[in-house]
Amino acid sequence: MQTERFTVGVLVNNHYGVLGRITGLFSKRGYNIESLAVGTTENPLYSRITIVCIGDAYTRNQVVCQLEKLHDVLSAALFSDEETVITEHILLKIRTSGNEPNALISDIILRFNGKVRDFGKGFITAETSAAPERIDAFIEAVRPLGILETCRSGALAMSHGNSDLLQIPEA
Amino acid sequence: MQYKGAKLLIETLCDLGVDTIFGYPGGAVLDIYDELYLNAHRIRHILSAHEQGAAHAADGYARVTGKPGVVISTSGPGATNLVTGIANAYLDSVPLVAITGNVGVSLLGKDSFQEVDIVGITQPIVKHNYIVRDAAQLEHTIREAFQIATSGRPGPVLVDIPKSVQTQAAVYKGFSEAKPKPANPMPDLTEAAEAICAAKRPYIYLGGGVISGGAEKEALEFARRISAPIGLSIMGLACIPYNEPLNLGMCGMHGHYASTVAQSKADLLIACGVRFSDRATGNVDKYRANCRVIHIDIDRAELGKNVVPDICLQGDVKAILTGLLARLQPQQNPEWLAEIEALKQHLPPPPADTFTPQNIIRAVRRHMPQDAVIATDVGQHQMWVAQHYPFTQTRTFLTSGGLGTMGYGLGAAIGGCIGSGRRRTVHFTSDGSFGMNLNELATAVSQNLPIVTVILNNGVLGMVRQWQTIFYQQHYSHTTLCRQTDFVKLAEAFGAQGVRVTCIRELNAALESSPDSPLVLDCLIDMDECVFPMIPPGGCVEDIRIH
Ligand SMILES: Cc1ncc(C[n+]2csc(CCOP(=O)(O)OP(=O)(O)O)c2C)c(N)n1
Ligand SMILES: [Mg+2]
Repeated sequence: MQTERFTVGVLVNNHYGVLGRITGLFSKRGYNIESLAVGTTENPLYSRITIVCIGDAYTRNQVVCQLEKLHDVLSAALFSDEETVITEHILLKIRTSGNEPNALISDIILRFNGKVRDFGKGFITAETSAAPERIDAFIEAVRPLGILETCRSGALAMSHGNSDLLQIPEA
Repeated sequence: MQYKGAKLLIETLCDLGVDTIFGYPGGAVLDIYDELYLNAHRIRHILSAHEQGAAHAADGYARVTGKPGVVISTSGPGATNLVTGIANAYLDSVPLVAITGNVGVSLLGKDSFQEVDIVGITQPIVKHNYIVRDAAQLEHTIREAFQIATSGRPGPVLVDIPKSVQTQAAVYKGFSEAKPKPANPMPDLTEAAEAICAAKRPYIYLGGGVISGGAEKEALEFARRISAPIGLSIMGLACIPYNEPLNLGMCGMHGHYASTVAQSKADLLIACGVRFSDRATGNVDKYRANCRVIHIDIDRAELGKNVVPDICLQGDVKAILTGLLARLQPQQNPEWLAEIEALKQHLPPPPADTFTPQNIIRAVRRHMPQDAVIATDVGQHQMWVAQHYPFTQTRTFLTSGGLGTMGYGLGAAIGGCIGSGRRRTVHFTSDGSFGMNLNELATAVSQNLPIVTVILNNGVLGMVRQWQTIFYQQHYSHTTLCRQTDFVKLAEAFGAQGVRVTCIRELNAALESSPDSPLVLDCLIDMDECVFPMIPPGGCVEDIRIH
């Protein structure tokens, strides 16, 4: 079966140890995680996790079914490629020659809708949010200048339109 | 009412209907054991010789009664000694609640004396687990633990209770705050009913889910209604009486010839409460090459996990079979059933009176009541019992199907015997497995239980040796035991009776005068006996070996 990248959203109880149960399930069953992002929802009782995985159709189905068996998982859903907003965040520390951003760097950052967050002698720290391919392109664009550090979040995903794949239960 | 945590625990257990606990005390559960002392008239505690034995006993108790088994141990080594028992219950979907003590909350995470992260250790082998850090959460957690262990596909749940929580006071509410899980919606049965009507050679495959779902009666009625033979997984074994003509017995690696061959000739496989283990299917593609598959199971993740069904029916097996029965007219498949009858005649009966495993098992049966509880360890003897013991009653067969745990049998026999109200119990074992947890003879004696341990003593780790015979050119690497253990003296040392038996006549004599207390029968059998039929791992019905 064909192996592809796919994205799963998981709504979970916001307890300590829940993330470990999720990653434990993935390692126990041999599912690959490419990225994982987690944060509390608007209701502090719940967290939402976005996991990007690699696998075939069989794995895709099993991931969702096995996740839904965990007691701390309220719901799990697959995101379709077309119907989903997917975004990642990155912080990049780039080498510079002077004390301030030069025109070349500023231009690249601007092109990727980035912002300068910090700078000083020999470095500048920029950030941006974008689709994963755009983040890859950003990294490639600054690579020739010299990358000192990168810190990249996992993907965040939300379905298009008004559907709420992962609705928080009413109190 | 304000109680300290330990008392809260006992009150909640009593309220949940728990009257029997298996366990072993220690520093981190002293407060709970103090409450057990004070509440001895409400909860009976069975002290084992080792926590693993207590866990297997709770498991056996659950299998016989259908109620959750409860086991309790202290922190650290007490908790880690439960691990095999918990994994065993997980793989066989047995409702088990394990309660462990831990160091006080302020000492957690500091590598304190007898501290282990038992929640982390057991995470992959439980349905869910908890550490309770506040007595105010204890009652709710215990109630939820029982709900999780027993609902849907059953399984083990562990609750870790730090010592400081056992002494901390909190309010006892006396009721559950957990929202009941919504019942499974009934799937649409139209397509399945049509497929069943259209089938000319239907075959029904029943597993442990039929027993845990209480659907034995419906399953048999269903088979009769549509004139389909029944094959059983090892977990489903006792759910249909052996003498039911449609029952072909266990199928799979060491299944009955007729059962396995009939499956391969079927045009429709209706699988209920099974998970298509590799030991049951062999090569999956060949297994289902000739038939359509309807898979009925409560666990959605099982539908398509090992075998991709044509029709999935997720939900309660009893409700679904009842729904199908309401739609199905009686069907006759005379040609198919005639073919099945011919398959059944395929194997000649063994010669009478020789001291073979099969004859030993049948002789034991003749001395047992119909409802005797049968427990096994793991190895050749387990397969022989699965093949040849004529089960007539559901929930009488206790065996480690999924984990294959040598050392399971005696603990399970103890729990099963107690859970059944002290019915006659047989523990079939062999020298290897018995050597692992025979310390529980002490428990059988202290409880004065009517358990007969039948050792099919071949002097070898027979099942592994059989594989070495067939697949490893008779390289008998570390499977010949060369031990000098005298099991008769050993039984006597424990305060049980022991008899050495070398022929069927001696076996009958020993069983006729058998006491209502622990008895060990050391049956000396040939080390070269093999379990047949056998389909090599990954093979299919064409690879079946009869001898
Ligand atoms: C705890 C454990 N260790 C090892 C094994 C691997 N194993 C499976 S069957 C077997 C041999 C069992 O020997 P015995 O109990 O004497 O039974 P027999 O096959 O001789 O009937 C072994 C070692 C196991 N299943 N469980
Ligand atoms: Mg042996």
